[in-house]
Amino acid sequence: MTLHEMPTAMTPWSKEVATELVRDHAAEPGPLLPVLHALHEAFGYIDPEAIELVAQELNISRADVYGVVTFYADFRRTPPGRVRIQVCRGEACQAVGGRGLVEHATRSLGLELGTTAPDGSVSLEEVFCLGNCALGPSVTVSGHLRGRVEPADFDRLVSDAVASGGGER
Amino acid sequence: MTRIYVPRDSAARSVGADEVAQAIEIAAAERGVDVEIVRTGSRAMLWLETLVEVATPAGRVGYGPVAPEDVADLFVAGFLEGGDHPLRQGLIDELPWLAAQSRITFARVGIVDPLSTEDYEAHGGIAGLRRALTMSPAEICDEVTESGLRGRGGAGFPTGVKWRTVLDAASSTKYVVCNADEGDSGTFADRMLMEGDPFMLIEGMLLAGIAVGAREGFIYIRSEYPDAVVTMRAAIARAYEVGWLGPRVLGGERQFDLTVRVGAGAYICGEETAMLESIEGRRGMVRAKPPLPAIEGLFGQPTAINNVLSLVSATVVLARGAAFYRELGVGRSRGTQLFQLAGNVACGGIVETAFGLTVGEMLETFAQGTRSGRPVHAVQIGGPLGAYLPASQFDLPLDYEAFVEAGAMIGHGGIVVFDDTVDMAAQARFAMEFCAVESCGKCTPCRIGSVRGVEVIDKIVAGEDRAANIALLEDLCDLMTDGSLCAMGGLTPMPVRSVLRHFPEALHNAKDSQA
Repeated sequence: MTLHEMPTAMTPWSKEVATELVRDHAAEPGPLLPVLHALHEAFGYIDPEAIELVAQELNISRADVYGVVTFYADFRRTPPGRVRIQVCRGEACQAVGGRGLVEHATRSLGLELGTTAPDGSVSLEEVFCLGNCALGPSVTVSGHLRGRVEPADFDRLVSDAVASGGGER
Repeated sequence: MTRIYVPRDSAARSVGADEVAQAIEIAAAERGVDVEIVRTGSRAMLWLETLVEVATPAGRVGYGPVAPEDVADLFVAGFLEGGDHPLRQGLIDELPWLAAQSRITFARVGIVDPLSTEDYEAHGGIAGLRRALTMSPAEICDEVTESGLRGRGGAGFPTGVKWRTVLDAASSTKYVVCNADEGDSGTFADRMLMEGDPFMLIEGMLLAGIAVGAREGFIYIRSEYPDAVVTMRAAIARAYEVGWLGPRVLGGERQFDLTVRVGAGAYICGEETAMLESIEGRRGMVRAKPPLPAIEGLFGQPTAINNVLSLVSATVVLARGAAFYRELGVGRSRGTQLFQLAGNVACGGIVETAFGLTVGEMLETFAQGTRSGRPVHAVQIGGPLGAYLPASQFDLPLDYEAFVEAGAMIGHGGIVVFDDTVDMAAQARFAMEFCAVESCGKCTPCRIGSVRGVEVIDKIVAGEDRAANIALLEDLCDLMTDGSLCAMGGLTPMPVRSVLRHFPEALHNAKDSQA
């Protein structure tokens, strides 16, 4: 039982679904970020086709959309792994072994930060502060925040998540 | 029926609060005991999480840190009646760590059901709004000015003066924007407030809206805080249902609408003009000032931009009066500050106290040493752009002016503690690296300076022409400080310089010094 579990199975890219999502938010003031968040949540990434679509629907240039998508660290442009892991690199986590945990994560998964395993199982990302600074080092596994994560805990969290097939919140 | 309180705060959940709540539910059902589990915010004594509290006739008795496997044992020990157990902490309100604080903005966090409007009102909420509705906008601004409240986001600008500027700006459309892009490592007070007492922020937004003449507000929350986003949105929906928000606030003539906007992983969007760009749907690029956002802000309209803690402090000012607030604190730092003890601390969490304690007192009384048990070597105060201080500086009082004089800053009140295993050269390098990653790229000193900063620190650490490269680093710090458009590039030199100044063994006299 988790409190606000919002399991959203990733939908494969669909122009029709995307168009509807864009239109849901188009009337909001400054709609671009809400639109991109909605697409990202549904598909797990911003498909190249989405850039053209969003530009048309919101009547802004493709360059404007592309510029925003590439500015913000949250918006990935390729599909994520089934399990998405973020490791905190903030100073408060560094003070309790965060640097070592980042090293362990890259080594044990064989992935650089910001990359996805070739088999699509796991994505590893860096994040600068999860607001859990008294209980570091912190990671998120498929959207779930975990604190005081030692390397052994990390391995267990990852293998449990991979075994259960991901389950983005 | 016994009432049991288990936090729903994301920090508590990160160490198993959900699993503990579930274990209690199952164990109670197995034993045929009738319990009601209330999910609250956290008391922000984070080393005790998961902290379970039980309502007893004497008050709320706490047990912590509870793991799911402790639950059966707690039932055996009779914890529902406050029974003795190694994890029993006693009556929560009497714990010295809490009793020594002045929890006036965090008064309800950890105590109430965050999404209950009834709880909010029963614990003193909405009183400030009711009073404000009997006042003119100018009177509200004056009262806040008189209280001495200064912006809690980091810059420390007087909140009432800012509101007055927006009130006096001529426009039929104005906005209130809450900066909840709490990106500084070592800070989490905004998050805990939003997760633990969201109506207080809604009330603060309403107050600001009435004071400046705005009918619409936005709360910009960073995407790294998904639980805060969910809780704020649920609280806003409730506030509309009960008529606190909407066309007729509290049944009166005022209108106020409130929306949550979510960031997308850009530290720079905590800078107020970059945040406005982001809300408007653009890259989070810093705007040149002037014009001030108070004159020309969101969508070109006069905009009051305030931090979460400034807005919630304003509800206290209005509810209890400017004089009450002003009496707390020292010098020009009035009221309480939310210090956040983070990193390598034995007792991490939130210390809300009037300004004026020294760093050392904070570390001794509250942090109580390091988690690792090793000596404290350095503390970084004020986030990634704040100074690293050595033990010789621990007699500094925690107030805005004293910190500025010492070449440091309080910022958003984050205190990150490092033990003696820390590599200070690596911390200086990280400050530059972080700036290189997070710079919006608009101005050259920040965009290029930070990259050059990483390179020159690498050369110093490698022992390459050390004296000349240290001079170069100092020069680069001057240039970034003087030439950057905003605090990102302008303050990144602060942690770097503090390492040069206070930790000479890190860069000046590193072991591999040149022959």
